[in-house]
Amino acid sequence: MSVIDSDGLLEVRGLRTVFDTRAGRVCAVDGVDVSVRRGECLGVVGESGSGKSVTFASVMGLIKAPGHIDAGDICFDGQNLRQLSVKQMRAIRGRDIAMTMQDALTALNPALTVGEQLAEMMIAHDQSLPRNKRERRRLVEQKSVDILQLVGIPSAKSRLQQYPHEFSGGMRQRIMIAISLASHPRLLIADEPTTALDVTIQAQVLELISDLRAKLGMSVVLITHDLGVVSEHCDRVMVMYAGQVVEEGPTESVIRNPQHPYTRGLLGSIPRISKRGEPIQPIDGQVPDLIDLPAQCRFYSRCQQRSDACLKYIQMTTLSQDRKVRCVLAEETAHD
Amino acid sequence: MTESQSPLLSLDQLSKTYIGRRSLVERLMRVPPTNVQAVNQVSFDIRRGETLGLIGESGCGKSTLGRSILRLHEPSSGKVVYDGQDITGLNPQDMKTMRRRMQIIFQDPYASLNPRRSVVELVGLPLKLHGLAKNDAEVREKVAYIIERVGLKANQMDRYPHQFSGGQRQRIGIARALVSHPEFIVCDEPVSALDVSIQAQIIQLLQELKQEMGLTYLFISHDISVIGYLSDRVAVMYLGDLVELGPVESVLNNPRHPYTQSLMSAAPDVDQPGKRDRVQLTGDLPSPMNPPSGCKFHTRCPVAIDRCKTEVPVIESVGEGHQARCHRLGEQISVLNLSA
Repeated sequence: MSVIDSDGLLEVRGLRTVFDTRAGRVCAVDGVDVSVRRGECLGVVGESGSGKSVTFASVMGLIKAPGHIDAGDICFDGQNLRQLSVKQMRAIRGRDIAMTMQDALTALNPALTVGEQLAEMMIAHDQSLPRNKRERRRLVEQKSVDILQLVGIPSAKSRLQQYPHEFSGGMRQRIMIAISLASHPRLLIADEPTTALDVTIQAQVLELISDLRAKLGMSVVLITHDLGVVSEHCDRVMVMYAGQVVEEGPTESVIRNPQHPYTRGLLGSIPRISKRGEPIQPIDGQVPDLIDLPAQCRFYSRCQQRSDACLKYIQMTTLSQDRKVRCVLAEETAHD
Repeated sequence: MTESQSPLLSLDQLSKTYIGRRSLVERLMRVPPTNVQAVNQVSFDIRRGETLGLIGESGCGKSTLGRSILRLHEPSSGKVVYDGQDITGLNPQDMKTMRRRMQIIFQDPYASLNPRRSVVELVGLPLKLHGLAKNDAEVREKVAYIIERVGLKANQMDRYPHQFSGGQRQRIGIARALVSHPEFIVCDEPVSALDVSIQAQIIQLLQELKQEMGLTYLFISHDISVIGYLSDRVAVMYLGDLVELGPVESVLNNPRHPYTQSLMSAAPDVDQPGKRDRVQLTGDLPSPMNPPSGCKFHTRCPVAIDRCKTEVPVIESVGEGHQARCHRLGEQISVLNLSA
């Protein structure tokens, strides 16, 4: 294994997550490397089926049968998570690495009040709480009120007694964030935190995540399909397609100067007010079926620049220190 | 409004109120029902061949408005005049004839297609209903033509919706709306459920079809870049009210209502991250069951004054074909440079 970057909080190498279905083996994540540095915000972009959520569900140890992790190392702060027991993993999940889900209504327990769900999280992970039940309850309530105020929920104390259905979509998303922050995680994985929300609420939630990152000094992984969100909130971005990372680099460089035809296609597909009247440039075709994929560039069937050279396994090419791309064209220029 | 050409569709004070349900006890106790004013006296015209973009957040009444125009939800008051004829009073028979000319494309391609019907049944149904095909062979022929036009293959017409991807299903929905050769289409968030690259394919298809078949669109969306890209004029709704209306250039370059200004600044932009003074709206959309007094936006408006809490603003003209509903229009106020 390569030397681990000392800034790296999370280092994933060669992750392969597969699902065995009746139709065959689906390789949802195939050879993915991720590195998240301390205090940074990494954007992960891709369309449905690109493997972005499965990659981070694998990191969290949330892959259930028929799926399993087939290969790869997941190192968090120097510790290989794949070698941990279920019990050890449970201690890390939620305390050091927290994840917020896309749909807050299904992720929250409808039968428990928000206060109970926050308390559950704190009691499970905070060893420093007093043993005495009455004292503990008082302290947990105080902390819960603080954290709800932190995520901007007004009249926090009375809202602790309420159930998830009594909150609006934006408020529920804030509660999810509050629950994941309750244990002061070092890494927050936000899986499409704003997809279900209106733009004005989306702006509030993203601003909140950015503020908290600065305030608490945690790292954030923002999984999204919206390049606009990435360009406003992330330091680095990783573009995924059909289970592989196809391009990676500092946000500005990837968006200004995309190297992979898929990234260029994605950017060309966004309708822009400034380009009224000009034709939009969609990517033709669809994402390939992930069952039994041949060893070739996965974007081959939709690529405008395809050639026979693409019909082999494509390696990631390092263009400069931070900038990587998985494309034959880049391979050629790098060798010249 | 230009010259003598009459609009294809005009709405006159169109309202839709949903009457809340009361229990027996509440009825006996004479508790008044909680009404939701989903669409509140909206008036505008849609010209032949134009695309009117309708934008607003969830719950603002944009979909209800779209459906009320087609009388899929019966309007509570006001008029819908289509091609010179008031269709709100039409009997079901005449309305059915009218519906051949006005169609709708729905948001969710998973929910809007009956899973037990094949493509030829789904797309061919309007032909049968309106007597546009003499026999099954003609139905198949016309269905084959239209589904090829929307980018599917004719040999796929005996398949069922679950055998298609989301983008393909949306194409089936488009084919079904277009097979009866309508003039006017309500596009109710047709691309919101799709991935970016597929979304672009569908937008391109809708643009081509509009050119080819001379269609007029009411395009409903919450995405300001989609609306800005393909509309000629834009209407902005907030809690059932039309708050701003005008040509796309003037609304987007010079938005006059504080809500439109905030919407624009909230939308993330790939090309210019952090380019503007971001204005953050605080709080959520108020409940439409109990809307705020005065200007409905005053609870979230960064420039609200006392007058906004009590007095309902009227919609006034602020430029060539550009209208807005705000008390502070005269002051040329903008929420965008508040921080400056």
